[in-house]
Amino acid sequence: MAGLSFDLIALQLFAGLALGAIYVLFAIGLSLIFGMLTVVNFAHGAFYMVGAYVGLYLISIGGNFWICLVAVPIAIGLFGLAVERVLIRPLYGRGIDYPLLLTFGLSYVMVECVRIAFGKTGYPFDTPEVLQGAVDIGVGYFPLYRLFVIGATAVVLLALWLFLEKTSFGLIIRAGARDPQIVRVLGVDVSKMWLIVFGIGTAIAGFAGLLAAPLQGAIPEMGGTILAEAFVVTVVGGMGSIGGAVLAGLLVGVVVSMTSLFAPEMAKVSIFALMAIVLIVRPQGFFGRAGLMS
Amino acid sequence: MTNKVTKAGSISRRRLLTTASAGAALAVSPFRINLLKAEEAAIKIGFPVPLTGPYGAEAQDQVRAGQLAVAQFNDAGGLNGRKAELIVRDDRLNPGEAATRTLELVEKEKVNFVVGSLSAAVQLAINNVTKERGVIFNSISQSDAINEAADFSKHTFHEALNPHMTSGAVGRYAFAKFGKRVAFLTADYAYGHEMVRGFLEVGKEFNVENLGDIRHPLGTTDFSTLLPRLQALKPDILCISNFGRDQQIALKQATDFGIKKSIQIIAPLLSHASRVAAGPQAFEGVVGGCSFYWGIEDKFASTKAFNDAFRKTYDGKLPTDYGALGYGGVRTVLEAVKGAGSVETDKVVAALEALKYDDYKGPQYYRKCDHQSVQSVLVIKSKSKDLRNESDVFEVLSTEEPNEKNLRTCEALGHKS
Repeated sequence: MAGLSFDLIALQLFAGLALGAIYVLFAIGLSLIFGMLTVVNFAHGAFYMVGAYVGLYLISIGGNFWICLVAVPIAIGLFGLAVERVLIRPLYGRGIDYPLLLTFGLSYVMVECVRIAFGKTGYPFDTPEVLQGAVDIGVGYFPLYRLFVIGATAVVLLALWLFLEKTSFGLIIRAGARDPQIVRVLGVDVSKMWLIVFGIGTAIAGFAGLLAAPLQGAIPEMGGTILAEAFVVTVVGGMGSIGGAVLAGLLVGVVVSMTSLFAPEMAKVSIFALMAIVLIVRPQGFFGRAGLMS
Repeated sequence: MTNKVTKAGSISRRRLLTTASAGAALAVSPFRINLLKAEEAAIKIGFPVPLTGPYGAEAQDQVRAGQLAVAQFNDAGGLNGRKAELIVRDDRLNPGEAATRTLELVEKEKVNFVVGSLSAAVQLAINNVTKERGVIFNSISQSDAINEAADFSKHTFHEALNPHMTSGAVGRYAFAKFGKRVAFLTADYAYGHEMVRGFLEVGKEFNVENLGDIRHPLGTTDFSTLLPRLQALKPDILCISNFGRDQQIALKQATDFGIKKSIQIIAPLLSHASRVAAGPQAFEGVVGGCSFYWGIEDKFASTKAFNDAFRKTYDGKLPTDYGALGYGGVRTVLEAVKGAGSVETDKVVAALEALKYDDYKGPQYYRKCDHQSVQSVLVIKSKSKDLRNESDVFEVLSTEEPNEKNLRTCEALGHKS
């Protein structure tokens, strides 16, 4: 193979960051829900997939991608609210495996429903016209849409940070995550707070699914692969840590990308190798709090 | 678009539901034994294909066209009134699953023949089962190994093209036209490996320079980390040897990366169903091969007849490449049954070996030593303009006529004769 140039390595690094952006977007929802509710949401991939299909449906009835960017997170968020209220709430206080098994089963139901409604084969998802094609980023050509994904991820992260850190509601959420007992004693309705957190987490999952659709189309099984990889991201970043999810998501993207450059056949394995190394050196992940799982 | 989305979904769902509920009703019915007895006379063809997974779109077409071949056989009176029946199973693109399903078809359903598969690897698993049980298997998916003495048995037939023929035809066309510097992006399993081997073999005649072969696992959804490297190799030709959704996604992302600006993309096989599923943009300008394209109906009466029958059965839809293979695979077996006047395995094998047929794409026959169907290979290009209908997706650039010279020799495959 031809020699490595600086441009190629830079481009590869960039491809890794773009790939990492999707991991980040997926993993922060997962981390948010786990960090606040200690619910391991195995249906997160299914919400992601439904996000792509809702987008597909909206476009097919005359909507466009920009409308979807707003409508899909709202739709999936509302769906998430309903799921929390009806299915997950009765399981609080019963140990971590109850909601885990519930969401695991729910993901199968959701995937099967989409298969029934839309068929097994999946559909292509056109990249919005203004975001088609590649642009020169100095080190080579890079798809415009992937740049957009990086930007959209940054916007979501910023909004989430402002919400959690700068609003009084965010303050309550953070307090509730640290000690729900005390917050309850102070007269805050914790269950309402958890409801909203679950809704936000699933809304971001739906948003991530919509963003991923123009890259790879929509199929019922699309949530499965990314769920496995996103769990790696949350474990590496530290279960429940949003900052950790961001750092780990980008890192996983870059590791996959750099491995692809030198040993493409190792790319898939590299994710899990990274996880193994991190777990040996730092079992709680980058920013994880010890004891959250117990 | 909505209509299209939900309609396509509901058709296959309805069929699935009727099949499933009929099966369930049969299973719980107290008349089951009687029913089975009454059905004993039916000629059963097991049809394992990957309905779920990345090759699902193609597999559904195989089923549609296979059912058409059975319906035609039955409408023509069957074998002295004895009707045929297609028993479809989902092998999930998994060799283990396929072997189990095939064993079930043979042991429980007592099928007379097995036709099907869509994967170079999975068909070998099916073949292992049928070989051992002495059941005729007509494979409708590409493989080189299935021709070789190690995997071959007298019960093994191969209606599909093999990678050697396909890559040979595409390579001879592309290397002469687009340049000698070639890079490969390859699905990391038998299909991809055999295609690359075929390309490199024919490449020797053209002094092709192999710049590198990047392999990806089956079912990859993101090629963005592989494409910059391929681009940096600055090839004249990028040869992408994968299939189904992998092909759709790889071509879409390669287009997004602007690879087509300076590099000609070729593929050993351009799948019709994938091209329709992915839309014109991703496939635009890509050159590849195929075993069948409905557009050759101007040239062959058999193609016209097949297209018309398919249109009539499936609301004006036209058959695809893999659909045609499903049709051909089932039809030749039933033709041989008719010719032999029996479903007895040895007689049908002899009838298949003697068959000279033109069922859907011009003249074909099964070569004696490896039961490979000797047939034409079409070199096609995906088009995006002046589309006459939703199936008008390819332009036939050239045709390699049926010729045993384009196959590996019987000796090279390890056969005695």
